[in-house]
Amino acid sequence: MKPSIVNAGADAVIVYFSDEISLAANQRVLQLDAALADSDLAILETVPAYSSLMVYYDITRHSDTDVRGAVKAIIESLPALDERDAAQGQTHVIPVYYDETVGPDLARIAELHGCSAEEVIERHCRDSYRVYALGFAPGFAYMGEVAEDLQAPRLDSPRTRIPAGSVAIAERQTAIYPLASPGGWNIIGRTTFPLYEPQKGILNQLNSGDTVRFKAISKDEFIAAGGSVEAFE
Amino acid sequence: MIEVIEPGMYATIQDFGRLGYLKKGLTRGGPIDENAFLWGNYLLKNEAGAAQIEIVLGGSKFKFTSAAAVAVCGADVTLKLDNEDRSIWETFQVEAGQVLTIGPARSGLRAYLAVAGGIQVKPQWGSCATVKREQLGGHRGDGSALQKGDTLAIEASNCELTQRIPWRYRPDYSKPPVLGLIPGFQYDQFAMAEREKLSFHEYKISQQSDRMGIRLEGPAIEYAGKGLVSEGINIGSVQVPPNGQPIIMMNDRQTLGGYPKLGNISPLDLSRLAQCRPGQTVQFTRVEVAQVQQQLTKYYDFFGITPACQTDH
Repeated sequence: MKPSIVNAGADAVIVYFSDEISLAANQRVLQLDAALADSDLAILETVPAYSSLMVYYDITRHSDTDVRGAVKAIIESLPALDERDAAQGQTHVIPVYYDETVGPDLARIAELHGCSAEEVIERHCRDSYRVYALGFAPGFAYMGEVAEDLQAPRLDSPRTRIPAGSVAIAERQTAIYPLASPGGWNIIGRTTFPLYEPQKGILNQLNSGDTVRFKAISKDEFIAAGGSVEAFE
Repeated sequence: MIEVIEPGMYATIQDFGRLGYLKKGLTRGGPIDENAFLWGNYLLKNEAGAAQIEIVLGGSKFKFTSAAAVAVCGADVTLKLDNEDRSIWETFQVEAGQVLTIGPARSGLRAYLAVAGGIQVKPQWGSCATVKREQLGGHRGDGSALQKGDTLAIEASNCELTQRIPWRYRPDYSKPPVLGLIPGFQYDQFAMAEREKLSFHEYKISQQSDRMGIRLEGPAIEYAGKGLVSEGINIGSVQVPPNGQPIIMMNDRQTLGGYPKLGNISPLDLSRLAQCRPGQTVQFTRVEVAQVQQQLTKYYDFFGITPACQTDH
C-alpha cells in the first residue's frame, strides 16, 4: 500500500502506511515521526499507532495544503528500512507473577492449546515483544506479536474490574492494564512494573518501537517488590 | 481562597488542557466549551489558559475568603452574590466573606467560573485539567470533581471596572447548532448515501453524553469498509460505531480507537455542541478545512492563543 495523507481535523493530518498491523508499517511510522521532529515544520505533537501517524501542527504557521505537501516530500525522502530500524528503541524486562490467583485465564489458555499452565508462562516469557503503540488509556502499551501457540480470543463478556498491573493477552497482542478498569482480555499474571501513577508523576517509560521481555518471578519476589495479590471479583 | 459550600451536580477544575502527551496515552482534557472559558479569562485579563471551574447545570455555592474579581460565562445561570443579583458574561467584585450562588441553568449545560489570576492548582504534566477516566488533574490531582468543603487557592484581586461581553458575541444555547464537518479519516470509505445522512437529517443529543464523547441519535450510518487498526482520534472526530449512531469525541476522548470516523467538527462549533442538552437537536454542514483554519487563526489571535506544545518531544 502506498502511504496516504488524510485530513484529521482543523489542526491535524494522519498518514497511513498500511491498513493492517505489520512490523514494516510500524517501523515506517516511527521513521516518519523522527524525520518530522528533525524537519522545519511546526509540529505540535504526533500520535504514532500501529500503522498510522497522526500529526498535529501549528495552523498559524502552516495550512492543510502546505503540510500535506511537506509531509509527502518527507515520506518520499525516507531511506529504505534496514536492521537499524528494527533494533531501535530500548529493551525492558518486565517481571511478572504468573499464578491462577492473579491470572485467572492461565488455565483457559492452557486448555485452548492443550498444554499446561507452566507452558503458557514459558511461552509468554520465551519471545520478545515490540511496543507497537501507546494509548487508549494512559500508559497502555500494545505489544506484539503473540505467537500462535499462545494466542487467545477476547472473553465473551468483559470483566467489570481488572486490577492494575494485570498482564493480558488478546489474539496477537499482549499488554498490561496500567489502571484498574473493565476489560475483556485474558489475564495471566500481574506486575509491579510502573506504568501510570499520576500522584507520583509516573508515566510509562515504554515508547513505541521499544522491546519488551517478560520474566516470571515468585510470589515472594512479587510481594517484596510491592505487589498486591488482590483477588478478582 | 474559595471554599466549596456546594459543588452542584459536577464541578471540575479545567485549564487549557494537557498538551504533548498523546503519544503516552494522556488525553487533553480542558474546557469543552472553550469559547465560554476563553471569554472568562479575556474579561479578567488572565492568561488565555488560566484555570477555572467548569460547572455542569449550576446549583453551586462558593464562599470567598479573599476579595476577587470574577466572571461567569457559558450556560445561562442565575447568579447571586449574597442576596444581590449579578449577571453572567461580565466581571464583578466579590468581597472577602461573600457567597456566590450559581443557580440552575435556564439554557446551556456548562458554566465557567473564572477568577482574576486563575485558580491556583498544582499542574501534573503541564496542566491541572481534571480527567476523571485518567484519575488525573483537579485540585487533589486524582481526577475527582470538587467536593463540599474543598478549598481552592486564588490571588486576592479587585475588579476596577466592569468588563462585559457585547451582546452580539453571546451565544444563544437554546437554538439548535449547525456543526461544520471537515471530511477526513475514513470519509471516502463510507458509501455516499451513508455519509450524506449527516447533512440531510437532524440528530438528537443522547443522554449518554459526557466529557469523553457526545452521543447522537438519528438515522443509523452504515460502514461497510474494512475493519480498522486502532489509530489517533482528534477532539471533534465523528466516530461511527457498529450501531451506526455517531459519537462526537470531546476533550476527554481516548487517544487511540478503532471505530471508523467521518471526519471532524470544526473546533469553533464544538463549544456550541458542548452546551447542548440531551434531547436537543443538531444539524451538520460540510465545511472546507482551509476556511476553518482561516477562522481559527483569527480566533486564536483575538484571544492571544499561541498554539504550542508544552513538552519538547
